[in-house]
Order: sequence, then C-alpha cells, then structure tokens
Amino acid sequence: MRRDFKVISQWITPDSHILDLACGDGELLQQLQRNKNIKGYGLEINEANILKCIKRRVNVIEQDIDEGLHNFADKSFDTVVMTSALQALRNPDKVLDEMLRVGKECIVTFPNFGHWRCRLYLSLRGRMPVSEFMPYSWYDTPNIHFCTFKDFEALCHNKKLDIVNRLVTDQQHHRNTLGQIIPNLFGEVAIYHLRPKLR
Amino acid sequence: MSEIAQESSVGLVTPELMSFTTPLTLSCGRELSQYDLMIETYGTLNPSRSNAVLICHALSGDHHAAGYHSPDDRKPGWWDTSIGPGKAIDTNRFFVVCLNNLGGCAGSTGPTSINPNTGKVWGPDFPVVTVDDWVESQARLADHLGIEQWAAVVGGSLGGMQVLEWSIRYPERLRNAVVIASAPKLSAQNIAFNEVARQAIMSDPDFCNGRYLEADTLPAAGLGLARMVGHITYLSDDAMKEKFGREMRDTHFNFDFGIEFQVESYLRYQGESFSKRFDANTYLLMTRALDYYDPASRFDNNLVKALSHTTARFFVVSFTTDWRFSPERSEEIVNALHMARKEVSYLKIDAPQGHDAFLMDIPRYTEALGAWMSHIANECEPGSAEQ
Repeated sequence: MRRDFKVISQWITPDSHILDLACGDGELLQQLQRNKNIKGYGLEINEANILKCIKRRVNVIEQDIDEGLHNFADKSFDTVVMTSALQALRNPDKVLDEMLRVGKECIVTFPNFGHWRCRLYLSLRGRMPVSEFMPYSWYDTPNIHFCTFKDFEALCHNKKLDIVNRLVTDQQHHRNTLGQIIPNLFGEVAIYHLRPKLR
Repeated sequence: MSEIAQESSVGLVTPELMSFTTPLTLSCGRELSQYDLMIETYGTLNPSRSNAVLICHALSGDHHAAGYHSPDDRKPGWWDTSIGPGKAIDTNRFFVVCLNNLGGCAGSTGPTSINPNTGKVWGPDFPVVTVDDWVESQARLADHLGIEQWAAVVGGSLGGMQVLEWSIRYPERLRNAVVIASAPKLSAQNIAFNEVARQAIMSDPDFCNGRYLEADTLPAAGLGLARMVGHITYLSDDAMKEKFGREMRDTHFNFDFGIEFQVESYLRYQGESFSKRFDANTYLLMTRALDYYDPASRFDNNLVKALSHTTARFFVVSFTTDWRFSPERSEEIVNALHMARKEVSYLKIDAPQGHDAFLMDIPRYTEALGAWMSHIANECEPGSAEQ
C-alpha cells in the first residue's frame, strides 16, 4: 500500500462513513473498504479515473469539488479525505471549510512548496521550480495554489482548527529524520488530520 | 441484418406472449381480470437463477430490445447498442428479459386489445396505468419465469422510473439498479410538453374520443404532431444544428408553408412513421404514467425517506445536453441515495445528442456501463469472491 495511504488508514475509524474528495482511481477507498470496512463515496471529475473506480467497485460520484459540497448534509461523514488535490483547487480554503462542514474531521495531504529544493531552485535559477515531482511549467500547471507547511498551518490557525495529527514524508512517502526536525525545509509531502476546535 | 451486425448481436429473436389470469388491481382502483405481456428474452438463465436482468422500456419502446425479428429487418431492437454477446449487458453472461408494458401497443394487453367484458376493443376505456402497476405486473412476470431476485433492473428515462420503483417496492427482489437519463418525478415543464402532445392527439378530428379503431380511422396527424414535439425535446439544440443547421430542400425560398428546411422534412417524417406504428391511446397512457410518477409523494415528499429501505446498489447516468431529463434531475436521485447512505455511483456523460444519448453507443457511457455490469456478472457466478 502507498505509504501515505497507510498513514491515512491508521487515522480512519473502522466501520466509519468516508467521503474521499478527488478520489483518483479509487485505490484509497478500496483499501479502506478492505482493511477498515468503511462505507462511502469518492468524488472525481477525471473520466479515466472514474472508470477505474467503477472497475474497482468503488462508489464514485462525478462531481467537481471546486463547485462546493452543497449537496452533502452537515456532519454526514465521519471523515472527509482529500489527497494531493488541495494545491489544484480554485478555492482551497473554501473546500477546507466544506470538508469540515460535511465531515466531523478531515485528512488532507499536499506537497510542500517550502521544501529546500524548491527554495534552492527559485533562489539560484530565478525560475519557478520544475522537478520530477512537480513537472509542470507555471503556465500549464494544474497546481494553482501551492503553499508551504507554515502557510497551511497559518490557515488552520485562522480557521481555528485543531491539528490532531501531522506527518511529513518525502515524495516516496518515506519519513526522514530531517523532515521531522525541520519539516518546512525538509518535508516534501504533509498529511494533516484536522478537526474544528472545541469551543 | 448485416453480417457484421450479427457477430455481436443476439441474432434472430422470437417474442413470447405470457398470459396472466390472476386479476391485477391497478392504482386507479380498477381491476384487470386477465392480461397478456409480450416479452423477449436473450441469453440463458443459470441453474441458480441468479443472472436475470430486467430491461424496462421508455415512452415508445417495447419488448424488442435487441436482435432482429427477421433477416430482412433493417433495424435491430431499440437497445441493441448495449444488449448482446460481449456487449455492456452481455447476453453470454446474463439472462435478459424485456417486456412490452401493460397499456402498450406491441402485443401486451392495452387499448388496442379486446376488452373481455364487452368483446370490443378497449380503446379509451383501458384503465390509466401507472409506473407502480407496471412494476406489479413485472413482478408477476418474474414469478412466472421463476426469478426470485433480479441481478439488475435497468432502464432509461421512463424506464429509469420503473427501476426506482422496483428498488422501493421490492427491495429484496433486485441486487442492482441502473437508472439512466431519468428523474424522480417530472417537472412542470416536462408535464407541459406531455400535455401539448396529448392535446395534439385529442384535438385531431379522427381521434373520435379515442374510439378511432371502431370508427375505422386513425388520428395520424395528431399522433404525428405529438411525436414531433416529443422528438424536439429529445434532441439538443447542438444536435439539431449539427444534423440540419438551416439546410434547405431547394436553393430558393418558395414563399409558402410547405417543407422549406430539412429539419421540417425530418420532423414530418418522424411524425408520420411513428403514427403508423404506434397507438394514440397508448401514447396518452404512457405520458400520463410519466406525469403521475412521484415516489416521494408516498413518503412525506421526501425522496431520501422513499429510498431509505432500498438495498440495491445503484448506477446512475445522465447526459450533459439532455434537457428533457437533465443531469440535475439525475443528481436529485444520487443526492437522495447518498443521504440515505446507499451504494451509488454516478456518471455525467459529456454527449451532444440530448436525451436520445441514452440509446446510443457513446464510448465512455458504454464502457462504464459494461464495467459496472461485468462486476454483477462476476457476482452471479458460483463461488465468486465478489459475492
């Protein structure tokens, strides 16, 4: 299993009701169905991915999450998950609000633009970072809202969100020591487990 | 019937007439003491009787969903694109059943049948049947065929409404539900189109208050007009633009009201050929069944509540340019299903053909339906891990 999925799986309550935003080919939901006996749905707009979900017998609903989750009721899911899609959203902050409206908690993963390689690339070459991990040019990238871990945590603070868990990995989703010590410089991918702060 | 078509076709098929003698009480309160259903089946029922699929037809459909009745047939059944060996609804794996619904005009008991109480043609005296009545009669057909539980019930448009009703009325009798280009009830605009169609029929002098068969005539003009209106609503603006544009028959205007544009010629042809093969009273009945259907009305107008006892796994499909049964209407079904925490997948297929798209071989649609049905077929096989 993909390392990030393994981490997410550990944070998911067995038999719970899950919504997976931008669920891709449905691998995570399939794993969670098998290992955690969860029920739920994936939302996706990529046609090829939707077909893969159907082939996996994963419930998939064709819906653009940038248009909101207005058709889902408050607190109707135990956990709302979104992996590697935050940076591609038009309104990531609003989607985060929506996730915590329809779910009791959420799990989000995204790449760290504050990683030392990005910083080095920009400072030495004076160009927007392009790498194997982020292979797009600035004009054709689907990733329109990059942020660093610090940026994201500032947003969580503004929204009064509790960070229940946080895990930093590299792009192969392995943990490394430096990434644990100075995550914003050495972590490449972050997995955040969030809840609204109890008042 | 071309040879190429034969390879993936169920080939020559023969309809069968099933007679029922147990009286059926209808939603309107009236009773049919006996009735016939014309059916077609494709494929073989497996020993555990677990691989049966029911196909529910739409407004003008019938039991002839796939294959050919004679080698001279120019066209196969109405859903031959999806039913056949190796097709999305694979007749090598499923036992497929399709019937002409009660009130129809293709062999099942309906307005053109003889009323056993009078010895005369039913005509306008045939009871107004509903989607609920159809599902009841289909359940009896299932009993008759020894099918306790359908692997899937599948339908588009008005057929999709029958699928919904099956899932609500007999949750234990189907494992999967495929609802295509449908709605949980008609909108006012949709009822309005049906009313225009009915008025076109009923205002034809040859309609004779529905007793045209006794008067040895046919309200062909009215029925043709009804079909023309319907046909416009089944196509998208783009599809019509693509097909006809403003193309003319002549190079110049004739300054009269004959056929000037190709679209006029097409619509008139559609109207005329339809009025030759379809019964006007059946058309009235079918549109009424559409108007009346609203399962939520039995559950405090709450569709979530209506679907809360369903156990089927749902597959819902809509088409972007379908404005008669728009994607928003399919999404009402999907939303109610996920709110009721039911198993559901939903596809919104980008297709230019309008409502008619549901009958066409659109690669993404056909492939997804096939993938979904293939899981069901796997589950029908003994010792399957998926079961």
